[in-house]
Amino acid sequence: MNVDSSILDIIRAKKLIERRDIAPRIREEGDFVVVDAKGLHYRILNEVVYELAEKYKKIKLINVNGQRYIADGLRGDYYIEIHGTAGDDLGAFMNGPEIVVYGNVQDGAGNTMNAGKIIVHGNATDILGHSMRGGVIYVEGDVGYRVGVHMKEYKDQVPIIVAGGTAGDFLGEYMAGGRIIILGLKRRFTSEIVGDWIAAGIHGGAIYIRDSIEEDRLGYGAKIAEFTEEDKKYLAKILEEYCRTFGYDLNKILEHEFTKIVPESHRPYGKMYTD
Amino acid sequence: MCGLAGILNRYGKRISGNKIITMANMMEPRYDGRGGGFAAYGIYPQHRDCYALHIYFDNEDAKELTEEFLKEHVLIVKDEEIPTRKIKEIPKRYITWRYFVEVPEKFKNNEHDYMISVVMGINDGIEGAYVISSGKNMGVFKATGMPRDVARLFKVEKYKGYLWLAHGRFPTNTPGWWGGAHPFNILDWSVVHNGEISSYGTNMRYLEMHGYKCRLLTDTEVVAYLFDLLVRRHRLPYELAAVALTPPFWKHIEKMPPEKKKLYTYIRMTYAPAMLNGPFAIIVANSTTMIGLNDRIKLRPLVTAKDDEFTYIASEEAAIREVAPNIEELFAPKAGVPVIAKLEVD
Repeated sequence: MNVDSSILDIIRAKKLIERRDIAPRIREEGDFVVVDAKGLHYRILNEVVYELAEKYKKIKLINVNGQRYIADGLRGDYYIEIHGTAGDDLGAFMNGPEIVVYGNVQDGAGNTMNAGKIIVHGNATDILGHSMRGGVIYVEGDVGYRVGVHMKEYKDQVPIIVAGGTAGDFLGEYMAGGRIIILGLKRRFTSEIVGDWIAAGIHGGAIYIRDSIEEDRLGYGAKIAEFTEEDKKYLAKILEEYCRTFGYDLNKILEHEFTKIVPESHRPYGKMYTD
Repeated sequence: MCGLAGILNRYGKRISGNKIITMANMMEPRYDGRGGGFAAYGIYPQHRDCYALHIYFDNEDAKELTEEFLKEHVLIVKDEEIPTRKIKEIPKRYITWRYFVEVPEKFKNNEHDYMISVVMGINDGIEGAYVISSGKNMGVFKATGMPRDVARLFKVEKYKGYLWLAHGRFPTNTPGWWGGAHPFNILDWSVVHNGEISSYGTNMRYLEMHGYKCRLLTDTEVVAYLFDLLVRRHRLPYELAAVALTPPFWKHIEKMPPEKKKLYTYIRMTYAPAMLNGPFAIIVANSTTMIGLNDRIKLRPLVTAKDDEFTYIASEEAAIREVAPNIEELFAPKAGVPVIAKLEVD
């Protein structure tokens, strides 16, 4: 395998942002610092972001196309705006920042994020919010397969994913906590709001789907629970910010039928070796 | 974590290899440098009626034996070295040669099967000779390396084709060698693949019953042969071939309207040993069609989009966006449901 010279560059350069080829890509704009990411290798782009985060709180990345791992592991109250297609694992392990994407996000956005916000003015693909531990992800359009796989919660740390469009199969697979809300407001390629095997292997948390769902669409370990006034109140609270972000009418959304899906048991295998 | 790319000019306009090379380069973090390759359709218009055999040889002996075998079984219209550049990233391990051949008159009524037996005869019978591609007016270029370097090695940017596939490899289960790089090809069919075909054993035994020999030490090979068997020999439409390879679950077939249910049940039962299991995304092409297909539960990424002229398929959205600023809606095909793009001219 070739040794990527850019890795060596990173090791050599103390401050990447002062390098002659990188500096012209960076400019201040109000209280933002703007980086032109066009054609930039993802390792360089991410190093630049980390360096800028030492000085700036608001970072805008333009001409992003597929660079992965943006803002991964970043801690603090940053505001990061991304224009373009964000690559795989956007905001993974991050703790606190707010990321707003004008464009789509590729697989695995919000992977194991602990706190913060990811807002996507576009669509997301598979394993969005994989193993998420806290914070929120709002997607304007569709999301892919296995969204929220293995999400979890602890006390008041309850992660939330909301999508305005449709979701693929295995929504909330092995879910151990948190909330997933699928609204199905736009159905670009399908009449089905979500795919099959909903919540397969779920043992914590809840999924709200804005439509009627038949029992046989659920995966093993999931069941349909009554959608109560309490649930409606909860959604009204949760969706207020979502609707404000994307300009949707909250009351109209809540008028529609919802299905709530929860685990059959919180310890599905508790007696596996004792029966 | 391999990466796939495909591009079809639906009007048959030929473009240089630069676009597909850019698409492949956009997904470089997916590869580890142990396999890269390209398939190009429309690159040999001056020999469009000949089968273009791209063959790699370990040594001169293998080349001589192969040429004796070819002279015995086909008419060699022209042969020449596949041109390469000297590059430090990929030392040249094989003799790379191409032969433009015709099938003898007396075998013309069954020339496809005849050519397959010629290809299998070389791959199986001659030590150190590997037929890399065998279609008409097309060719595969592949080696152990990053796609960008494989492209430089074979001067891929200099060819002009209307349909291109690219692959960058991250081998996990089978060896990284020149022949094990993708695309895999037999006659008109080329396949690039991300993931693994866990049903390889079952598929291989089924294919061997139909005269195919799996000799390239990797699972992807079976996909090319299955398409040849189902679509060319059994004349299944692409949509039904996809049903055979990645059928809906029985619980979904149960709910279909009676006629459809009957058809899908027949296909599933008839082609049970052709079913592909395991996590995968593939792009398959022949001279008129490009097909993207995911496994039945979608364990690998695949996205597609089109603009006025081209249809694009790739593992990552970024690869499409980089070469196609004016695409209409981009989407990820559903599990087991093929995306089929066809040439709109003859």
